[in-house]
Amino acid sequence: MGNFPTTVKHCLSYEELIQDYPWLARWLQEEKRALTHEYPEYVKIVEVGPRDGLQNEKEMVPTGVKIQLIDMLSETGLPVIEATSFVSSKWVPQMADHTEVLQAIHRSSHVRYPVLTPNMHGFQDAVAAGATEVAVFGSASETFSRKNINCSIDESILRFEEVICTAKQRQIPVRGYVSCALGCPYEGPIESTKVAEVVKRLYELGCYEVSLGDTIGVGTPGSMAKMLHSVKKEVPSSALAVHCHDTYGQALANILTALQMGICTVDSSVAGLGGCPYAQGASGNVSTEDVLYMLHGMGIKTGVDLSKVIEAGDFICKALNRKTNSKVAQARGDYSVHCRMKKINT
Amino acid sequence: MGQKVQVGASAGKALPQRVKIVEVGPRDGLQNEKTLVPTEVKIHLIDMLSEAGLPVIEATSFVSPEWVPQMADQVEVMKGINRRPGVSYPVLTPNLKGFQAAVKAGAAEVAIFGAASELFSKKNINCSVDESLQRFEEVTKAAKEAGVRVRGYVSCVLGCPYEGQVSPDKVAQVAKRLYSMGCYEISLGDTIGVGTPGGMAELLEAVSREVPVDALAVHCHDTYGQALANILIALQMGISVVDSSVAGLGGCPYAQGASGNVATEDVVYMLHGLGIQTGVDLPKLMDAGAFICRSLNRKTSSKVAQATCKL
Repeated sequence: MGNFPTTVKHCLSYEELIQDYPWLARWLQEEKRALTHEYPEYVKIVEVGPRDGLQNEKEMVPTGVKIQLIDMLSETGLPVIEATSFVSSKWVPQMADHTEVLQAIHRSSHVRYPVLTPNMHGFQDAVAAGATEVAVFGSASETFSRKNINCSIDESILRFEEVICTAKQRQIPVRGYVSCALGCPYEGPIESTKVAEVVKRLYELGCYEVSLGDTIGVGTPGSMAKMLHSVKKEVPSSALAVHCHDTYGQALANILTALQMGICTVDSSVAGLGGCPYAQGASGNVSTEDVLYMLHGMGIKTGVDLSKVIEAGDFICKALNRKTNSKVAQARGDYSVHCRMKKINT
Repeated sequence: MGQKVQVGASAGKALPQRVKIVEVGPRDGLQNEKTLVPTEVKIHLIDMLSEAGLPVIEATSFVSPEWVPQMADQVEVMKGINRRPGVSYPVLTPNLKGFQAAVKAGAAEVAIFGAASELFSKKNINCSVDESLQRFEEVTKAAKEAGVRVRGYVSCVLGCPYEGQVSPDKVAQVAKRLYSMGCYEISLGDTIGVGTPGGMAELLEAVSREVPVDALAVHCHDTYGQALANILIALQMGISVVDSSVAGLGGCPYAQGASGNVATEDVVYMLHGLGIQTGVDLPKLMDAGAFICRSLNRKTSSKVAQATCKL
């Protein structure tokens, strides 16, 4: 900050200072920038590719490939990797190998591997298979709840209560998800107060964190801000995460808004795996690579090595015989440009 | 120095009520497409965009057809389009010769392209930044006399494919010179799309000290998926003019297979979602995008266009 006396700084307003000491403007630049936006120093990335991503891919993925993907992701520095889902294989054939996957992955001591457990049955199977963290999925839309899991929001929360209570007894942390936080494919716009209500219930039941999902990606910074404003009244920001879909290209702008509002946990999917089941041919999950690029470019720490995530993304795309949805991965396809660009935003 | 105030889209930081979209698809977009587009197709595209309510549509470029064969039909396009009252149709004019040809063909607004990077300037237009600014001064003088408006562009504002990092102060200097020459607006181009919101904020702070924020625009490329986030930050910093390209036409010539211009549809979706007026009819815009993609036999780069889910 230079030699400018702290005591004087406190006495004068910024405008007065600049008026009297125009040369100060440059010195105070740094502080002025800090006044404009406040961002978290660190953002936790929750990698949902192996579960949410693969679950929405049409191709059946061999168990060996899933395991290798998770192992590669474990080497990137990602702190949380959603490994699989203990749902009935009748409903979600892609996740039929849940036990095999959980038991075969190489579990890094720096990484958590939550698994989805829609009910007690799934929870018990998950624990028997060695799960040390689980996740439950609620919805802010009644119609979506009925169509997706065949029961009302209230009924689903009763189901989760059982899971959460048992998990608490066994000291297994539970993460909550709320879908349709910014819009529902059946009901349209969702009241932010309704979202806040469901989030509050999951949090009070014992979820350590609740992830707010823009399930069909229709949200924009305006609706994201409005929703977070309501939710933050009920649950602290430190217990919230955003799960943005990029179906309408809005994900990074929405994530930026969330960061500006104090959220510091972001869900994303390597290579943007997982299309949107409600909009044919459209994209779904936001790509982990693109999120990392933005965060690192802003000086926000994540502990994640972007180039290793790109490698994992390359691997799974080859295995799925599909192109990546990540723009960063696409851009770095040209190696010579990549070398020059390493000077900017690694 | 006071409290750290958290400002954002929700915390009372005023976003503009209205944003002017500068549609660059027919020029910047098509110029970077490999397929040569028939003149009638270009004309029809511009006419459809006029009907979609876009206030500014960059129509063509008066560069030598040797350098840019795609724009060889510049005169025909200018004369063939149906000019909607209230809509501006700027054209690129790299030098005095191009300017004179443009005015002869009926142009009422022109654009000049500077760079914030010396290497980029040399490789792209074969002269230094200073030399290019001198060339442009000839154009702005002639334009003033002819009563023709001039828009300035600065490329590589957030990074250069040859030099890497670019100093915001250098960008500010170039922007200032273009503005002092008489450009009514300066569009800041993230030419290779490497910018992120932090860099964008820093850049705009530097440039807005030299050029009033009302006279600034952002031209973000989506090569690394950062465009909408960068545009959002720009809006939060008082920018109210955004360049974009229908269907995200125009790949990045510096990164094979990568995307380039941000898609107008996606920008408009975000702006309308924020309650910001643009005057643009999104369904009509999407029709124009669908039309040009069919003609080019390529998929749209717009995510909004790809999503068929109706809310």
